This record gives sequence, structure tokens and C-alpha cells, in this order.
Amino acid sequence: MSILRKLSTNKVALFGLIVLVFLVLVAIFGPYLYETSPWKMVNRPFMPPMENTDLMLGTDTMGRDVLAGLVYGARISLLVGLISTLIALLIGVPLGATAGYFGGWIDEALMRFTEIFQTVPSFALAIVIVAIFEPSVYSITIAIALVSWPPVARLVRGEFLALRNQEYVLAARLNGQTNRNIILREILPNTLSPIIVMASLMVATAILLESALSFLGLGDPEIMSWGYMIGAARTVIRQAWWLSFFPGVAIAITVLALNLVGEGLNEALNPKLSGKRES
Amino acid sequence: MKKLLLQAALAAALPLSCINVQAAEPTDGGTLNVVVQPEPPSLMIGIYSNAPTQQVAGNIYEGLLRYDKNLEPQPLLAKSWESSEDGTTWTFHLKENVTWHDGKPFTSADVVFSVDKFLRETNSRLRQSLEYVDSITAPDDYTVVFQLKEPFGPFIGLFETGTMPMVPKHIYEGTDYKTNPANHTPIGTGPFKFDEWQKGSYIHAVRNENYHQEGLPHLDEIYWHVIPDAASRSVAYETGKIDVLPGGSVENFDIPRLTGLENSCVTSEGWEYFSPHAWLWINNRNYPMSDKRFRQAIMYAMDREFAKNALWNGYGKIAKGPISSKTKFFDEDLPDYEYNPEKAKELLEEMGYDGTPVRLMPMPYGETWQRWAEAIRQNLSEVGIETDMVATDVAGWNQKLSDWDYDLSFSYLYQYGDPALGVSRSYISDNIAKGSPWNNVEGYANEKVDQLFDEAATAFPDSKRAELYKQVQQQLVEDVPVGWLLELEFPTIYNCKVHNLIDSAIGVNDAFGTAWIEQ
Repeated sequence: MSILRKLSTNKVALFGLIVLVFLVLVAIFGPYLYETSPWKMVNRPFMPPMENTDLMLGTDTMGRDVLAGLVYGARISLLVGLISTLIALLIGVPLGATAGYFGGWIDEALMRFTEIFQTVPSFALAIVIVAIFEPSVYSITIAIALVSWPPVARLVRGEFLALRNQEYVLAARLNGQTNRNIILREILPNTLSPIIVMASLMVATAILLESALSFLGLGDPEIMSWGYMIGAARTVIRQAWWLSFFPGVAIAITVLALNLVGEGLNEALNPKLSGKRES
Repeated sequence: MKKLLLQAALAAALPLSCINVQAAEPTDGGTLNVVVQPEPPSLMIGIYSNAPTQQVAGNIYEGLLRYDKNLEPQPLLAKSWESSEDGTTWTFHLKENVTWHDGKPFTSADVVFSVDKFLRETNSRLRQSLEYVDSITAPDDYTVVFQLKEPFGPFIGLFETGTMPMVPKHIYEGTDYKTNPANHTPIGTGPFKFDEWQKGSYIHAVRNENYHQEGLPHLDEIYWHVIPDAASRSVAYETGKIDVLPGGSVENFDIPRLTGLENSCVTSEGWEYFSPHAWLWINNRNYPMSDKRFRQAIMYAMDREFAKNALWNGYGKIAKGPISSKTKFFDEDLPDYEYNPEKAKELLEEMGYDGTPVRLMPMPYGETWQRWAEAIRQNLSEVGIETDMVATDVAGWNQKLSDWDYDLSFSYLYQYGDPALGVSRSYISDNIAKGSPWNNVEGYANEKVDQLFDEAATAFPDSKRAELYKQVQQQLVEDVPVGWLLELEFPTIYNCKVHNLIDSAIGVNDAFGTAWIEQ
């Protein structure tokens, strides 16, 4: 729990954490508290914010409630962000760990394989994957995961390379422990902090990627998301600024909060950095 | 901004005020700057019939007739025409002072060559209609006789420039039409002569000094500008670089802003010949769409008035049935499918609809169509029909319609001024064939309808055709083979200094011979 305590002394990170908790609550409970469907055409189109107290943020090109869109969009953004990061970790960590631990030709083969993904610009690759498998929340999540695991693999490999000749690892090996045990029980726990920091930043990147895909019209047509809202409002930005402004702010705040928390975690988990702060 | 709908309404009223200004005498001279979107592949209108080709070349080439906004034929290259009592022999008398842009005289030999040789080979849409023509002969230099096998109702509607353009015999006879180098330097009889084409930038045409209509054209020259980006086209109009934005060249949502500018006029006339008709394809083959009551329920569930106002800025008209109210033979007395969700629910209950979800495939033609699908999806969900939205691109959409792999989708088709040309093709059972997204894609088959369409095409005179088309419309509206949405309108936006711009049923396609600029 010392991590949380350290985090709470860092005001900026604490702010990020509070925002994030709020967003998660909105994502989980919002649709129950705010029942207006984001697709329902509730009033006349292009109603500016604050004109009608029931429609605080106004209506979009088709008379749909912008606030409802934001509330329902929070769920999809966070969900895609979290799950795609989780999948990316599930691919990247084992690959990096195997490569770093065994070295030699295994390392060579796995790293060349990773480079295949790294040489293709990740956003372009994501577009191609989504376009091939028809846009849906599944294909988007998988596409984002597939383009974001290589840095994880490289990071974990680096950590393993540095740790595999440490005395405690040698001791474990002499002890007759299996490779699997050494990787999972001895080395992996010691690489967790950089992975956690990286993961928090990956969630932010994933949210941006999802928004960018939806913005380009490659979002799941069944689901209201922030990126879709901006994409649909882009063309009327001169007539109706609020349609792209509010979802834009939502994305900016979410990504900022995640970055602040990531930064805070980095400082809290990295003894060198946290020491500096205390001095 | 909050008065958007009001603005659209005001904009729709604007052309009236422009007409009042037209009391002034036409003045000669001036340069007109127009947008053409996208850049045409060629200007040889006899070979290429793409919309942008027609839009430019319709001012360089001409047909025998022109059509006013009620689709009544008017003289152009032919000064008069008559048909025999039974409607099988049509005689056209040509103007005698017409010359091609290279100075050679235009005669009946050019007409026979153009229709019988050139267009029969190059224009598949006209070729189908020419099946009804037995022979085309030229008794003298200025008379042409069309002998038909049987009366063909739409015949007199075929002479528009885009459908039956006159091409010069002395240039094309005995050559390979498609590779003739003259295709790059079009020679017609029209009010403007081709001058220069800077690919990717502009097409330039100049006044034909020897034009056959006295006092025309008024304009000195025309530039058709190629501007690939919709937003840039709007800006070019705002800054005054462009005088005329033909229908469809800017996005719908930009229309109220552009028409709200000072000295900006708008008209939705000039599409009568094409009368684009939008509908929802309903795949009649599969449950639940195979049940007539389900299809009727869809009609009652859709709020088409809302879609018209929110998505088309109030332009267009709710389509009552298969035939556009802007063309001939539209039946005024058709029953209405008004927006009535309760009635839709009753029909669904009556048929025992089990809630099977259906797929809805939007047309990938840009944002308006995507939003339209979202609106209809919401309408349907409110009466208890759940839809899965299918995302696709243009190629995929064509493919899925052609393979009948869809439940609901969108399309819009031109009517070409006559139900036998542009309507029957979507409903007759002969036209059920995989491989095309433009035929009877919904799979509707009704012997009675087939027979009525068949008889109506060759009935004579028009009053008899009207009676048959009335029956067919009643039957189709009862059966709802497709869900008719809107008679689309693509408003033309132009600087009010341009007068008499839209003068025919094909609008900007042959507009500039009579237009003039206030000096």
C-alpha cells in the first residue's frame, strides 16, 4: 500500500487519479443513471448547449443528446483502452520474457518477429486490420492490441536481460527450479513496476487510437463513442462548435488523467525518482 | 445557428426573389466560373455518359430536342416534329442554318449516323430503347424519319443531349470511335466551343460565334474548375472565385451557410429529367421482410419528414410511391404512409413478428447517408424492430447488393423522365438477376405488375399509359417492394448576378447557352 501512499502525496497524480475514478464510475453507472439512449432523436437538431435545461450540452446534427453520447461513450473508450492494453500485455510480456531469459537464437527469432510489427506504422496497421475484419468493437480492440504489444515485448526483454544474471536468479537456477518458475516467480515480479507504468500510458494511447479510428468512420456502427461524435461533427464545426468540443474535451481529460497517473506511478515505483522528490 | 431550419426554408424561398430581378434585359459578355465535380474522364458525350461529362459537354454538344421543366419537348436542332396517328412513325424537321464548330454544315446524315451507327455502338442505355426502332432514314438533307416497330411511350423523351447527342459524321465515320483523337477536341453544334483542358485544373470553352439561335449565347467564356475537396469548393464560392455550384458539389450541411451569403441564390430546379428517387432496399426473400405487413410497418415507422428536414436541409419531397411526382404518370391519389409508429406496431403484432433482428446496410456515399441510416435504425427500434448496422465501403456495398446478401439497404436511382426508362427496371421480375446493384435487387415478383409495366411501355396514346401506370402504382404502394424515402433535390447554388441559369429539365447540363451575367 506504500505505492498508494506515495501516490497520494503527489498532488498532480492524485488529481489524475480522482478524475480517472470519476470517469470509471461514469462508465459503469452512467448509463443506469442517465437513461436517454445516445441514438434517440430527442429534440430538434443543432440545439446549442444550455438552451434547454434537459439538454445541458445541446443536440447534434440529428437532434440526439450530446451529454448522453458522452456518458455512453465513456464506457466504450475505457473498455477498449483497458482490454486492448490487457491483450497487448498478454502478448508482449511472455514474448519479451522468453526472449530476454533464454537469449540466443530464441531471442533473435522473437525480436525479428517483433520488428515486423514495429516497422509498420501502428496506426496504418490498425486501420488495415479493422478494415479487413469489418469494424466492430472486437476487431477494434484486437487491432489496437496487435499494434501496441511490441514496445511491451522490448521493455520486458530488456528487463529480463538485465536481471537474468543477478545472483538471486543464479541461486534459483542452482536450486534446481524450473525455467518457468524462475521466469514467473523470480524475475517477473521484479519487472512489474516499469510494466505498470507503461500499461497506464498504453491505455491512454489506446483510447486515442480508438477515437482516431472512429473519427475516420472505422468505429463500431452500433456503439456511440467519443471519436465517432467528433468525426460526425467535424464537418459542421463552423455551425455547431459544441458537437466536437465536448467529446474532444472528454478525450483530452481522460488521456491527461491517465498520463498523470502513469507519471505518478513511475515516480512512486522508481526508488531513484521518488527519493529525489522527498529530498 | 439555432435557426437552421428556418434558414433552409428562407433559402428555398430565395429563387423567387431572383426571378423578380430577371425583368432586366439580358446583357452580353462576361466569364462564368463553374465547379465540375469530379473531373470528367472525357468530354466525348457520345461515349462517356458520366454526370460530370454531361455537365460540361452538354454545352458543347446538342441533341435534337430540349425539355422544359415539365418535361415537354422543345425545339433545338429540330425545329418541328410530328408523329403518325398510331404513334409508330416520327418525322423530325431540322434547322437549316446549323454548322459544326469546324464550319461544316449539320444535316440529316449526321443524325442518322449518330443514332444508328455511333450511339447504337457506344451507348448501352439508348441501345435498349432503340430496340423499338425499326429504321432511321433521311428523305432529304433536313428531314429524318424514325420508323418504330410498335408505339414506344418514352420515345419522344429520348432526344436529350446526354441520351442522344449529335456527333459529326465527317469526323467519326469509318474510324474507331473510342480511340479517335478527335475525342480530345470535341466538335459539336452547341453554344460553346471547346478551347482548352488543363487536366486537374480547369476546362475552358468559348462562345460559338456562329450559333444557330439568334442572339445566343450571352456569355463570352466558361471555365469549369476542378476542385477535389468539398470544403475548398465551398470556400471558392465564398471568395467569389466560383459563380455556380451545381447540385451535389458541396456537402448538405454547407448549403444553409452558402445560401445565407449576401447575393447568393439557390434553386432546386433543373433535375426534372433525372428526378433522383431514394429508397430503402428491402430484401423480399427473407423472413421477416417477406411478409407484406412487415414492409408496410417499416413505411409507417420511418419519420421521413424529419430526415428531410434534418439531413437534407428541407430539400426534397417525400416519395409516395415508385414514380417521382416530378415526372409523367405520377398518380396523385396514392395513399400516404404517414409517420405512425402505433400503426407500425399493430401491423407487427398482427403478423406475429418474433423480434428477429434485421441487418441495415447504409449507403457509403458520405455522411448524409450514414446519418440517415442511423435515423431509420432509431425509428425502427422504437417500433420494436432491432437492427444490426453493417459497415461497408462502396465496393462491399455493391457486392452485397449484387449478391442479395442484405436485409435493408439504401439506394437512389434516376428516373429519366419516363417510368418505362427509369422505374420498371427495379420492379419487373425479368430484372431479378444476381450481379448488379441496379436491377430488381429486392426480389419482388408479381405477374400482374410485370404485365402492367409491359403494356404501359408500348400503349398509345399517353392517356392509356397513364391508366396502366396508375394501376401499377396502386399495386406497388400496397405491396411495398421497397421503402420509398425521398424525391431527392440537389440544389444549385449561384451568384445572383447570373440570370436565367436553369432553363431546362437537365439544369446545368445545358444551362449556359441561355444564361447571362448582369454587367
